[in-house]
Amino acid sequence: MLSIKNLNVKLEDEDKQILKGVNLEVEAGKVHAIMGPNGSGKSTLSYVLSGKDGYEVTEGSATLEGDDLLDMEPEERAAAGLFLAFQYPVEIPGVGNMTFLRTAVNAQRKARGEEEMSAAEFLKVVRARAKELKIDADMLKRPVNMGFSGGEKKRNEILQMAMLEPKMCILDETDSGLDVDAMKLVAEGVNALRTEGRGFLVITHYQRLLDHIKPDVVHIMADGRIVKTGGPELALEVENNGYADILAEVA
Amino acid sequence: MTALAEKTNPTEALISGRDGAVKGWSKAARTDALARLRTMGVPDRRDEYWKYTRPDTLTQAAAPEAAVFDSGEAPIFDAVDSLKLVFVDGVFDADASDDLALEGVTIERLATAQSDLHWARDLYGVLETNGQTPVARPLAALNTALATDGVLIHVTDKARKPVSLIYHHKSDASDAILHHCIKLDVGAELTVLESGPAAARLNMVTEVDVADHASFNHVRSQGRDHERRAATHLFARLGTESNFKSFTLTVNGVLTRNEAVIELTGDDAKAHVAGACVGDGEFHHDDTVFITHDAVNCESRQVFKKVLRNGAVGVFQGKILVKPDAQKTDGYQISQSLLLDEDSQFLAKPELEIYADDVICSHGSTSGAIDEDALFYLRARGISHGEATDLLTLSFLAEAVEEIEADGLKDVILERLTGWLARRRS
Repeated sequence: MLSIKNLNVKLEDEDKQILKGVNLEVEAGKVHAIMGPNGSGKSTLSYVLSGKDGYEVTEGSATLEGDDLLDMEPEERAAAGLFLAFQYPVEIPGVGNMTFLRTAVNAQRKARGEEEMSAAEFLKVVRARAKELKIDADMLKRPVNMGFSGGEKKRNEILQMAMLEPKMCILDETDSGLDVDAMKLVAEGVNALRTEGRGFLVITHYQRLLDHIKPDVVHIMADGRIVKTGGPELALEVENNGYADILAEVA
Repeated sequence: MTALAEKTNPTEALISGRDGAVKGWSKAARTDALARLRTMGVPDRRDEYWKYTRPDTLTQAAAPEAAVFDSGEAPIFDAVDSLKLVFVDGVFDADASDDLALEGVTIERLATAQSDLHWARDLYGVLETNGQTPVARPLAALNTALATDGVLIHVTDKARKPVSLIYHHKSDASDAILHHCIKLDVGAELTVLESGPAAARLNMVTEVDVADHASFNHVRSQGRDHERRAATHLFARLGTESNFKSFTLTVNGVLTRNEAVIELTGDDAKAHVAGACVGDGEFHHDDTVFITHDAVNCESRQVFKKVLRNGAVGVFQGKILVKPDAQKTDGYQISQSLLLDEDSQFLAKPELEIYADDVICSHGSTSGAIDEDALFYLRARGISHGEATDLLTLSFLAEAVEEIEADGLKDVILERLTGWLARRRS
């Protein structure tokens, strides 16, 4: 599904190398988690994959089902099936959440040559999905993320994911700023979307999110590289011993 | 005045040959306005109040030509249930208009109004004259002196539906001078809609007298003709516990100067003026607002937003004057521009002049580019760069559009605006 080979990335405006040869394969139907200390390059990886400005790929490749992601505009990557759940969802005053969602759904459909969703059909689907995520009608009506609590913003990200039905989902520290109940709700939303055809890359500092979203594979990232890969037990090791032991072991 | 002097004096050149119907019931006001205009002279580039907007094409004797633009669209408020009054190149078109009949409202055409309209005689040119101090507004005096048409609306009750003034521009060289007077009696209510480009060049004055407890709503869309020019003045006087709301949408037009001069004379009155404009290329839009608080516990809001690209220029001159006895004044003023490229320009002159001590007044003015984080967020959801820019443009204009009182009218404005932005993109 997602294939990253020897990805080297530096900041565009600074001579600072952030990713130093990342290799990663996420298969359809699998959940991969990336853990790592602050500054290891986890968020940069998610931004580079989704096409944010400010980064320069100096070497390597990233493909989604064989298509070169790095050659596409952000909206083309989205239409190709890539989804990034933002660590900090952006507030957009004056644009209704519903308008935003419908514009996004139909823009992607149009880009893929599919028929646009009618207003009535859209309304039906969005209401059902919103209900599952305990997102009330008021949240749908309000401007995008305006006045949303941290938990509401993250639930809104998952609602977008549910509506857009991407092939490959990247969750960038979706657990940050969430209390236990909110985290459970978000995790349930994600789990409901786990299907055979869909891949997940879950980026997190902490193991607790992985209690709720059970990963198949766990990677440890440090200093711009994936330094260790293992099963779910690797996350527990981090939880118990911190990163220091693992980093010392691979150094 | 000799022929030579007329030629060299721009004020006389502009007056010359115009028959402002200086007769009948409005004669005294018109004669007075003409004298005032001659004393003031038309504005020129050295005039402080015209520092950011060149008045020459508004004051030259003949209107610069403006090609008629056929948008292929129905007038913006067509679907709104309203009393429709149509003007073509500044001349009332009775055949295209509804009958001048609306319960609780009497409407007369300025050009044919009879002399027994005492209320109109007491209003025509009166608020305009008041509005000449402390800042002279010669183009408004010119209008009072020489206006050829317009409507006189007297509202005695709550009007059942809006009065919609629909302007059509059909001649490339039309030069219209329209003057409307609107008087709302105690407790009366009226919404006035205005739409379309009135002429190649328009000089318009609207005087609105809002009595105690009365409520006036105004929503205007100035038409998409690219080459049109307009200088409009909105003069209003507000009584106790009255409400005044005015919103203007401007898209296209090479030169527009919209002045609003509002005086809050009764306690607990509210005046809101707002404007949203979208300019592209050869486009100069000037909002000049002067709000005077002369009573206790009044509220005023000025909300102006401009989206500019390809060298478009936006101007905002906004003033709040709080007189010594106008305690408990709540004044708010915001002017902002969204500059879509580095060629565009926004010039703002916010002013507060406060003589009372128990007052809340805030003002702000900003210029900014599209928020890159928001743009990326939208694109990451699959929305194209162009469509995302449009959404953020609407987002930017939202605070001004929100000032429209009626949801139905707000939706009409938003729908058209969205369509225009989309068309521009394709």
